[in-house]
Amino acid sequence: MDSRYAVYLSIFLLLIVFLCSGCSTSAATVNVSAGAGLTEAMSEINLLYKYQQPDVAVVANFAAAGTLQQQIENGAPADVFISPSSKHMDMLQAKHLIIENTRRDLLFNKVVLIVPGDSTLGISGFKDLTGDMVKKVAIGDPESVPVGMYAQEIFMEYGIMDALKSRLVLAGTVRQVLQYVESSNVDAGVVFMTDAKTSPDVRIVANAPDFINSKVVYPVAIIDTGKDRTAAADYQEFLFSSQAGSVFEKYGFGVIGR
Amino acid sequence: MMETYLSPLYISLSTVFTATVITFFTGIAAARWMARYQGQMRDFIDGILILPLVLPPTVVGLGLLMLFGKHGPVGQMLLLLGATVVFSWPATVIAATVVAFPLMYMNARGAFEQVDINVENAARTLGANEWRVFWSVTLPLAWPGVAAGAVLAFARALGEFGATLMLAGYIPGKTATIPVAIYFAVQDGDMNQALVLVVIVLFIVFASLGALAYFKSKTYKAVTV
Repeated sequence: MDSRYAVYLSIFLLLIVFLCSGCSTSAATVNVSAGAGLTEAMSEINLLYKYQQPDVAVVANFAAAGTLQQQIENGAPADVFISPSSKHMDMLQAKHLIIENTRRDLLFNKVVLIVPGDSTLGISGFKDLTGDMVKKVAIGDPESVPVGMYAQEIFMEYGIMDALKSRLVLAGTVRQVLQYVESSNVDAGVVFMTDAKTSPDVRIVANAPDFINSKVVYPVAIIDTGKDRTAAADYQEFLFSSQAGSVFEKYGFGVIGR
Repeated sequence: MMETYLSPLYISLSTVFTATVITFFTGIAAARWMARYQGQMRDFIDGILILPLVLPPTVVGLGLLMLFGKHGPVGQMLLLLGATVVFSWPATVIAATVVAFPLMYMNARGAFEQVDINVENAARTLGANEWRVFWSVTLPLAWPGVAAGAVLAFARALGEFGATLMLAGYIPGKTATIPVAIYFAVQDGDMNQALVLVVIVLFIVFASLGALAYFKSKTYKAVTV
């Protein structure tokens, strides 16, 4: 074959592929925006949901809650929002971007201090982070990552925020904090209990004080600008089912009302 | 309040300046050597030197992280000396230098290859040693290309984001360069800060392009007269 025709043919085939990728035939789509720490649990729950509702396509978007909030405010496709902090949900509520009576608390969690599995610095509590041997501590960016916000509150409570400031590496998601600690590139990090449990290479050395942990709830709400509210409501209902609850519990989350 | 704008500016400028100086000399050295090298490995070495330009910055960042991380070969060696590179200011310089180097190298090499070897040989017959030939004949003749390479390297270093974030992380006041600070300002919904930083970047870029135009014409005339 003439090589020129081969080129035309491949361009044509590429175009067909691109066009077809746009023509999915699902009856309904639910776009779920969830905190990065929910990646594994939500992926499994979405599989279960798919089994129950084969016609509904669930598209999941995982990122820091603050990032998701920004995306929703800027019109990104989102029908259901699961936030690891009340704050980011409150901000959307204040802008009337969620349907208020659909907001419900789904999960609770704990904040923990972790160190690399092979750490020899003897860190056993938050106050030890000010020690001379500790060079770098990773937390989520407090503005956009809920667990970073909680970490900042803990440091303030213990009065060690100023001492730590120049050691803090701010990460874009909780999973990035986990990765920094796993790779030993930082000496310690603050994550949720559920994140720490996903990695065999980190050790939990301290729990956050109770007044912090009691604040850690995950509200869920349907987004006002979403396309298909019926599908979104059905999906939200499924999140509160006992089937989904068992999955959340398997990954270490506390399910409210169970 | 000024600190939130001035600290990324200061970090970016010190990082970019250091990275540009390093790429300037290493780029020229590599270019000069490769311009005359005719061995079998020519294309291979050339490819390696240009690689950071064609690879996605995240790939460069991951490579650097694996090299300089606590468990990486270079990281382990540095640890013996009591130093860590990851999440520190030198990491911003390393990331910027690595991604900017190919631009300096490619432009300088192209410029050196354009220099007539007979002119260099003429200088040699007049008794100039290799060092003198390079500084008095080759480099002045190749200057426009070399200067363009330096400016492109500067611009690339200033814009470096992906590899920097992976290797240096986000430590406000320490490793938060302007591009990284803009990214986090947008993540945090702080549009005002992002926009001020964008204006600062535009200012630096236009100033350096203006400086280049001036610098290049001046030097070039001095050589040709």
